[in-house]
Amino acid sequence: MRLIDATKYRLPLAAYVSILHRVSGAAMFLMLPLLVWLFDMSVTSEVSFEVFRSAFAAGIGFVPAWLLKLVMLGVVWAYLHHFVAGVRHLWMDATHSVSKSQGHSSAVVTFAISLPLTAALGAKLFGLF
Amino acid sequence: MSVNYGSKRVVVGAHYGMRDWLSQRVTAVLMALFTIVLLAQVLFGGEMGYDRWAAIFSAQWMKLLTMVVFVALGWHAWVGVRDIWMDYVKSVSLRLTLQVLTIVWLVGCIGWAVQVLWRL
Repeated sequence: MRLIDATKYRLPLAAYVSILHRVSGAAMFLMLPLLVWLFDMSVTSEVSFEVFRSAFAAGIGFVPAWLLKLVMLGVVWAYLHHFVAGVRHLWMDATHSVSKSQGHSSAVVTFAISLPLTAALGAKLFGLF
Repeated sequence: MSVNYGSKRVVVGAHYGMRDWLSQRVTAVLMALFTIVLLAQVLFGGEMGYDRWAAIFSAQWMKLLTMVVFVALGWHAWVGVRDIWMDYVKSVSLRLTLQVLTIVWLVGCIGWAVQVLWRL
């Protein structure tokens, strides 16, 4: 088989859950200093809390507010996907639910929970409601 | 006793990888429970602002729980990121370098987070 032939394979949905579990974990690992900084600003004092709030309202330094919100939307998705896919792992471990059909249906459930929640929290983050 | 290191190392069999597998799951459960505890405090308790947000983390039990969860996060991420390096980076020297940097990155972040928490 040539490498180009491999691109003709379609990945099952469970494979997308698995790959995205790794991608989301790696993304949160890389974003960790940003998250600790946000935690620091939000909780340390009323002055730092204002810095935290205005970073999302008016941007901070060379980073515009929309970019910070976009990055945080990515983090929110990563957290939700990683959380739900992780619970799926625990469920598979605990109940030995490792058949093909169970893998598919639980993958559907994973996306059905993580994506709408991401959309809802993203809408909140961008002030749509 | 038979040789069990280098190219002769036995990487299958009882308990191999068990500790990493189990610690990743135990730390995951801790973080999931923490998420629920924090969410409950954020959602119930009225208007959110600095005072209420800081008060959540000022409670002694919450400080202890949060610190334990930070450590759990570091451990969890270590197992996961190490898996990534082991899967994709075949050069031993590069892999060791990345693993060391990963530990520095994680310990640095967690140290900072613990500092923020305990000066509240």
